Amino acid sequence: MTPVGSLATPDEALVASYLGGPARTGSRFTFWLGLATLIGLAAVAALGLLAVPADDVQGDTVRIIFVHVPSALGAYAAFGLTALGSVMWLWRRSVWWDVTAHAGAEVGVLLCGLTLVTGMLWGRPTWGTYWEWGDVRLVTTLILFLVMVGYLSVRALGGDAASVATRAAVVGLVGAVNIPIVNRSVNWWANRTLHQQSSITDGKLEDLTLFTLFLAFVVAAMAICWMMMHRFRIGWLERQLQARDLHDALAARRAEANR
Amino acid sequence: MSAWRGLSLFVGDARLVAAKDLRIEWRARTTLGQVLPFALLVLVLFGFALDANRPTLRLATPGLLWMTVLFATVVAVQRSAAVESADGARRVLLLSGMAPAAAFAGKAAAVAMQLLVVEVLLVPGVVLLYDAEVESVPLVAATCIAATVGLAAAGSLLGAVVAGVRAHQTVLPILLLPVSAPVLIAATRAFADGFGTVAVEGWSWVGLLAGFAAANAVVGAVVYGPLLEEA
Amino acid sequence: MERRPNARSGAVASAVSLRGAVVLLGGFPALAGADLEVVPGEVVLVRGPNGAGKSTLLHLCAGLLRLSGGHGDVLGCDLHADRAAVRRRVGLLGHDTALYGELSAAENLEVWARASRVAEADVPGALDRLGLPPRLRDVPTARLSAGQRRRVALAAIVVRRPELWLLDEPHAGLDSDGREIVDGLVAAAAAAGAAVVLASHETGPAGGLATGTVTMAGGTLSEGAQA
Repeated sequence: MTPVGSLATPDEALVASYLGGPARTGSRFTFWLGLATLIGLAAVAALGLLAVPADDVQGDTVRIIFVHVPSALGAYAAFGLTALGSVMWLWRRSVWWDVTAHAGAEVGVLLCGLTLVTGMLWGRPTWGTYWEWGDVRLVTTLILFLVMVGYLSVRALGGDAASVATRAAVVGLVGAVNIPIVNRSVNWWANRTLHQQSSITDGKLEDLTLFTLFLAFVVAAMAICWMMMHRFRIGWLERQLQARDLHDALAARRAEANR
Repeated sequence: MSAWRGLSLFVGDARLVAAKDLRIEWRARTTLGQVLPFALLVLVLFGFALDANRPTLRLATPGLLWMTVLFATVVAVQRSAAVESADGARRVLLLSGMAPAAAFAGKAAAVAMQLLVVEVLLVPGVVLLYDAEVESVPLVAATCIAATVGLAAAGSLLGAVVAGVRAHQTVLPILLLPVSAPVLIAATRAFADGFGTVAVEGWSWVGLLAGFAAANAVVGAVVYGPLLEEA
Repeated sequence: MERRPNARSGAVASAVSLRGAVVLLGGFPALAGADLEVVPGEVVLVRGPNGAGKSTLLHLCAGLLRLSGGHGDVLGCDLHADRAAVRRRVGLLGHDTALYGELSAAENLEVWARASRVAEADVPGALDRLGLPPRLRDVPTARLSAGQRRRVALAAIVVRRPELWLLDEPHAGLDSDGREIVDGLVAAAAAAGAAVVLASHETGPAGGLATGTVTMAGGTLSEGAQA
């Protein structure tokens, strides 16, 4: 929000600084995007569950990568947005970025949880255990999940919108700075990562598996965009609602003087 | 204003804040009167929980010790934040016009001093209770300092995040404990080397602790100002 | 944007100049377009009922709150651009005392003085002026009475020698002796060229000091004494 001293009356200026942007969470674009995402999800499910052959080594469990890998990348991307939005709020007090950061954290927690659950489900038949402490990515992702849950709990504290935004942004920034350190420390600590390093690039996967995985990435990106747009617009509409209430609140406040 | 003069003002302000916090702490005796007995109690209870099994206890000593320090950090940070929230005292820092980074450095330094006192008493505690042996005093000392600075920096920053919020006592651990994971891992490993229970390269873990401390101190110095304003 | 302190510029520049100031506290417009002019040497009494926005007005003038709309200049600093620069130069007595309860009066004032980079040597003198007996100076302020704590809080302002005094209910909790001391401090500060803004909900004797009175209601200000 920029200082708005030049406008005629303070409330007009205030309201103008909030208004603008979409008035509903849906649009023609998100409708078609959502529809395409649903079709894409159905296609990935059909290909992944029926068409793709079982892996020579991993058997049927290989199919879980169509959910696990895209959601893991999506979780890190969403939290990257939260980190960027946190910086932009602290630096520029950009409401747009603040709303984006919040949306990123919510979508990120969902994807992060999905990554952990699918990872554990895959780990049981493959490694013989649901949770493998020696696995760097699994442990790092769990810490990331906990940091993001903390971020959302700060968001839920309530109170002045700017105050909550600043508190949450600091948590986002602290998380972004520390996650690489967490990763490094777990890496040294375990020093024996079990994770599938690069089944994708080392040519072990079938062509159809690779294609399905590629499709899963595209569909996941579409799904994330769809969720982000809707969640962002909810946040933005909340701000607009506050602005509308502010208009009335200013009038009511001034009316107190004439009582 | 020369850089040198700016630095001396910064250090002076930070010392002022740290001295004030330590004096308040000395009067209230939260660390000495509550945190220390609690920490020693935890050591005794771990002894029961692990069935007083000496080999197990010796193996688990570094981890138990740092878990205890982590809990002490939560208490010390909460207290440090509460000092500024009570009776509008935050205005001293705001109206004085001192650099927020100096205030942050001072508050973190006071928390670090308290944690070092806790550690200085916990290490002999595990030697006595768990039969641990300190093989490398420099390594143990360096680990304590690096880990403590990191915990104090991250803790003071996140303590300021929840300052003045009603639910601050429950939210602070949710925020602080996950990001403290590297400290727990690194300090435990370094101590395992320092106590001679596991053959690892302890000094490289001290390097990681120093990195954690530096990263969190820089973030704190930069964002403490906005937090002080908004809270 | 005029940011230099313009005391030397000849014409009497205002210490406080608010036009249409809006301050939001958690979305609530505590100030809903406030206008106020105070020049150095002036003592302005802001009168109004509870919840009129008086405390918010003083906190805004101290540079502690964000200006959400309108214009504000305090001591030549634009509140939008540089409100942090105002803080070092104002003294604020709020409802709370801004004292550390575990520290004594003398220690609190030393922290205030050193943090504000003013002479610590003034501390005993300031406590003398507020009439705090020497035996109470080394007692933790949490153990003092409310009126005694208020005197210590006022002494912290005296030590800082601010250019703008912002006193919220300065007579609250003080005995008649204490009220006289406060009136004396305010008169002396104004005579020395500082601007003073007093906020009070009562028609108390503070009115006697004031060179001007404004009435506050519903987050706005209007000239004159009648509510």
